[in-house]
Amino acid sequence: MGKDEARDAVGDYRYGFHDPENAVIKFDKGISEQVVRDISALKNEPEWMTEIRVKAYHHYVERPMPDWGNMGLLNSIDFDAVTYFLKSSSGTAKDWDDVPEDIKNTFDRLGIPDAEQKWLGGVTAQYESEAVYHSIREDLEKQGVLFYDMDSGLREHEDIVREYFCSVIPYSDNKFSALNTAVWSGGSFIYVPKGVHVELPVQAYFRINSENMGQFERTLIIADEGSSIQYVEGCTAPTFSTDSLHSAVVELIAMKGATIRYTTIQNWSTNVYNLVTKRGVAYENATIEWIDGNIGSKLTMKYPSVILRGEGAHAEVISVAYSGEGQHQDAGSKVIHLAANTTSNVLSKSISKNGGRSSYRGLVKVSPKAHNCKINVVCDALLLDENSRSDTYPTMEVANSSCRVEHEASVSKVSGDQLFYLMSRGHSEAEAMGMIINGFFEPFTRELPMEYAVELNRLLEIEMEGAIG
Amino acid sequence: MAEELLKIIDLEVSVDGVKILKGLSLRIKSGEVHAIMGRNGSGKSTLAFVLMGHPAYEITKGSVTFRGKPLEELNVFERARAGMFLSFQYPQAIPGVQVGKFLRKSVQAVRGSAAGSAREFRTELNQAMESLGVDRSFLSRYVNDGFSGGEKKRLEILQMLLLHPQLVILDETDSGLDIDALRTVAEGINEAAKTAGCLVITHYQRLLDYVKPDFVHIMLDGKLVKSGGAELALEVERQGYEWIEAEVA
Ligand SMILES: Nc1ncnc2c1ncn2[C@@H]1O[C@H](COP(=O)(O)OP(=O)(O)OP(=O)(O)O)[C@@H](O)[C@H]1O
Ligand SMILES: [Mg+2]
Repeated sequence: MGKDEARDAVGDYRYGFHDPENAVIKFDKGISEQVVRDISALKNEPEWMTEIRVKAYHHYVERPMPDWGNMGLLNSIDFDAVTYFLKSSSGTAKDWDDVPEDIKNTFDRLGIPDAEQKWLGGVTAQYESEAVYHSIREDLEKQGVLFYDMDSGLREHEDIVREYFCSVIPYSDNKFSALNTAVWSGGSFIYVPKGVHVELPVQAYFRINSENMGQFERTLIIADEGSSIQYVEGCTAPTFSTDSLHSAVVELIAMKGATIRYTTIQNWSTNVYNLVTKRGVAYENATIEWIDGNIGSKLTMKYPSVILRGEGAHAEVISVAYSGEGQHQDAGSKVIHLAANTTSNVLSKSISKNGGRSSYRGLVKVSPKAHNCKINVVCDALLLDENSRSDTYPTMEVANSSCRVEHEASVSKVSGDQLFYLMSRGHSEAEAMGMIINGFFEPFTRELPMEYAVELNRLLEIEMEGAIG
Repeated sequence: MAEELLKIIDLEVSVDGVKILKGLSLRIKSGEVHAIMGRNGSGKSTLAFVLMGHPAYEITKGSVTFRGKPLEELNVFERARAGMFLSFQYPQAIPGVQVGKFLRKSVQAVRGSAAGSAREFRTELNQAMESLGVDRSFLSRYVNDGFSGGEKKRLEILQMLLLHPQLVILDETDSGLDIDALRTVAEGINEAAKTAGCLVITHYQRLLDYVKPDFVHIMLDGKLVKSGGAELALEVERQGYEWIEAEVA
């Protein structure tokens, strides 16, 4: 479908769908102000959102590419070949039976409906640009928890979205946050009322299914005073010979005494560029935890950040990265201590294999006012062979001398004696390697819901098979 | 008649181009306990490693068969699955791998379909841990990670009991054990020795008070230069190795 037809569809949408079952909208490749406006119009958005989108678009166009990181790969992205919007289902179903058959099959295969029944408090499933399925447990709804896909969130709770959208990550933060703000679609909107603890994790699953697709979900989570929530996201895509682009923005707001844990298992296929901006702000005695696993993608650039704004706030960033052949995981974290008695803990682990490359890029910043902070940063890299690579780029800007800062970094190799020990217990070389690397990632894995931990271990074991000659 | 498990004939082994074993022969039948004693650096661990298939050790001459099969045909893990077990002098730490899971996986890998159900495994594990005086908290710790010397040795023996090996090679399992631990570990070895063949590398007669060897061999510069019964170990305990060196020279 071309742009004109898309605009016809927009017209259709404004007046309500007549035949929602078959409504599919695919924009032409490439981006322009018109594309941005079309997306906004298609979604029937309020004026202010259209305006932010357009401003963000212009900022995106003017903003140069980052002059750091893997510039070779960054500059090889063909932004004109990307499809910026693709709607594959008429709307967001509350029942899996109402999701189009082929899409439902995909999520079935990914085990989502099954997991939902067993251990989740809510699920949103995004396919290409929009959520195709969304549901929340009744008890959470009754407690006033708001959980929507972002498009519905904007429709139903415009006031909250307007207050917080771009409040943690302005569109001008970087080129990709600008791009996301211009063309965002899907993602999650969550508001947890004061004192409500959401015990079961809430999950979002992102699926890219088409070639040259660009997925730009936008997530906003607000945990009001004394509340808590755990959000888990997973993602996959089929392997194509051409590249897809995933560029998300995630903003977290943890009010006084609130806790947000945001867990990611990123397992894009190795033709996906994953350029994501994630940041949270933690007020007095609040905690933000990023549990961030990067297994897939061609190039990931992602540095989950926490701004510790209130006294006694805490940041926890536990991340792992696995880089195989042709992959570059450029990951890390940023923690900004703006208030006294704030604490942060950063643990980063990476494994590189078959020429894969892992970089840790970390920033710790302490403002002059932030007395008595405690900061602990540990980076461990494991290299599985000679042609793989690991780099660390830690930056510390500490402007308050009462802080206690600890930083450790190590690079190691799997020892032949460890392999021999495990093999003498009946494990093949690949199995032994799998055990060692799963053990290496264990400080991360043990933070995951059990089902995810099992899945991740299995994934890494498969990675080790066939890797050994 | 007891089965001949291990047959080593005129074995020569090099590591990094340095010849360590220099013509060693030994036969072990099931149910037999053989002790090897010898000075530091004489090549005892080298023998243990080469039997288990460590890639750094190269056989330059001679042959080794396990239950009639030439060992060079078997990879390290295949030797384990075929029934060989090595208790390491210096067991490796595997950070992040929990003992409990590791034991279960190893039992499945080595014993295959004979491994039994998860419940059977737990029963067996509990019994073995109790007999060795191993605390349950062990199971959630990481394999040998931060273990004391004695704890590492107990974990080795625990693995030996669970893996049901036919041939057990114990490389200084008694070193670093306190006197009570030595007794429990010795009981474990005696349990295994009821059916398996045992090769016990040790520096001390103390262990042999509890584990009665059928044969004692003295290793000197990569060769077994003298063999005898349990009394030979007592002799070494009293007089050291010099008289044997003098005899050989
Ligand atoms: N990579 C190597 N290169 C050269 N020599 C080696 C190498 N590895 C081991 N050796 C030597 O081989 C000899 C035998 O070592 P081995 O560990 O088998 O002795 P051992 O009898 O077990 O001694 P201990 O009683 O101290 O445990 C030693 O002299 C040791 O230094
Ligand atoms: Mg030794």
